[in-house]
Amino acid sequence: MNYVIIGNSAAAIGAVEGIRQVDREGRITIVSDEKYHTYSRPLISYWLAGKVSEDKMVYRKDNFYEVNSVTPILGVKAVKIDFTGKKVELADGTNLPFDKLLVAAGGKPIVPPMDGLDKKGIYSFIKFDDVKEIKDALSVGKNKAVVIGAGLIGLKAAEALNKAGVAVTVVELANRILPAILDEEAGVMVQDYLEKNGVKFVLNNTVSKVLGEAEVSGVVLQNGTKLDCDMLIVAIGVNPNIALVKETEVQVNRGIVVNEKMETSVYGIYAAGDVSEGFDIVYGTNRVLPLLPNAYMQGEIAGRNMAGAEEVFAGGLAMNAIGFGDLPMLTAGIIKPDSDQFEVLSEADTANKCYRKVILKDGSVVGYICLNKVDRAGIMTGLIKEKVDVSAFKDKLLNPDFGYIDFPKEFRKSRLSGGAE
Amino acid sequence: MKKVYAKEEVCVGCRLCEVHCIVAHSEYPNDIIKAFKKGNRPVARVLVEENKPVSFALQCRHCEDAPCTKSCITGAMQRNSETGIVYNQEERCVGCWTCILACPFGAIRRDESGKKAASKCDLCSSNDEVPACVANCPNEALSFEER
Repeated sequence: MNYVIIGNSAAAIGAVEGIRQVDREGRITIVSDEKYHTYSRPLISYWLAGKVSEDKMVYRKDNFYEVNSVTPILGVKAVKIDFTGKKVELADGTNLPFDKLLVAAGGKPIVPPMDGLDKKGIYSFIKFDDVKEIKDALSVGKNKAVVIGAGLIGLKAAEALNKAGVAVTVVELANRILPAILDEEAGVMVQDYLEKNGVKFVLNNTVSKVLGEAEVSGVVLQNGTKLDCDMLIVAIGVNPNIALVKETEVQVNRGIVVNEKMETSVYGIYAAGDVSEGFDIVYGTNRVLPLLPNAYMQGEIAGRNMAGAEEVFAGGLAMNAIGFGDLPMLTAGIIKPDSDQFEVLSEADTANKCYRKVILKDGSVVGYICLNKVDRAGIMTGLIKEKVDVSAFKDKLLNPDFGYIDFPKEFRKSRLSGGAE
Repeated sequence: MKKVYAKEEVCVGCRLCEVHCIVAHSEYPNDIIKAFKKGNRPVARVLVEENKPVSFALQCRHCEDAPCTKSCITGAMQRNSETGIVYNQEERCVGCWTCILACPFGAIRRDESGKKAASKCDLCSSNDEVPACVANCPNEALSFEER
């Protein structure tokens, strides 16, 4: 059996581990246009901030490919999938035959149209090479950055640059920072924290024009404000990197459409991670969920199925852990309901930047925000995933020491006698 | 595999399991006084939940399909496929707390006593004996067994 995996990040590694749980013999080849041993993408901001050295960036140990009998082809781009001939064509002219193929090509940064994008000094914040270029820019004295997007990537970029001594202004189109994971109330608390640490924000606005000759010298915002900068970080988010399957027989919506086995509309071809549209438990539908845990879990299920197991992906959900300095936050599912079908429990202590909010629907938890008080939040993630009816202990959910003690005895005992299966 | 199970009917909530867990994972595993008085005191990897008169100790269930290992952004959280023990390679952990977000048992804790890292039960895997929490429970409210 010939397995080919396009990609070398969480979904791809999940697939290798999934395949090897079922098939120790088949040949696995990983192809990636990045030259690095598999590394953790979220750690790029830690590396830029000097918190993690390059050797600690690895997502799996140095002997990972060897131990799992994987042939890595790194620094070479896959350019075409030949569906009838069942092979992947690489940029260097090599053809890789496959029996089972996984497309785990990840996401590519969203860059909205604006004047002046051809200048030097404009960066994405997705790959290791992105932060290496940024570090080079810092080493030649660049010290004033504008970051477009106050999402997870934008704020981690802003935090790292701020720590490196760069003056940072973050521009966000929404009315609050981290709009995908925080509501207004929590957003204000986190924004205040970051402002006190030196990061500036402009909300309800975005960049319309990049100024400068050959290099970036500033930006003009939609409302006409001009900001000086010598670096521009575009961190709006990622779109599925569907180039390889566009206008082919593989069905694509926003991302690659997959079934519950992570198989695409073409037999033998699977997709996982940021490139795919897998099942979301909370929304009850398939959607793009570009998050590392989701990528790994999808990749692992894809791998097991590629190797012949019959396994169903139970579904993922939006869940994010992020922190700045000593201010951590964990969030999951629906954090800002848009109708009165939801019930909201919340508790705020603005002075101490503590906030807890739980969103319920039809007797079950469907989302939460925990700011600062994050301990044991995963219990609620479990309640969401398993759609547990929490009516009997709903009034306990916001308690600081909420735990298994609050569950009905039989439910508690059955849970504690096993593990997550 | 052998895991630790709690008997809430006989647990009195004395928290000696937490005390002995701290000692076992401190720099002085054989000296309770030094473990508490010297150096960085780690957090307990077992926690007692209590709502009188009910109490019980809870620690990692060492899930076969562990959400923490799959969610870990650095690869620090791993499951030993031979022993079944889920363990955190603390030197590779950056304290992002994604594992806390993922663990349905709330069994992973933040340890900021030294380098920020996720802390969890390792079944006292550095020795071959019964885990410290089980060995030191005065009421046999914890058992270490295969079920």
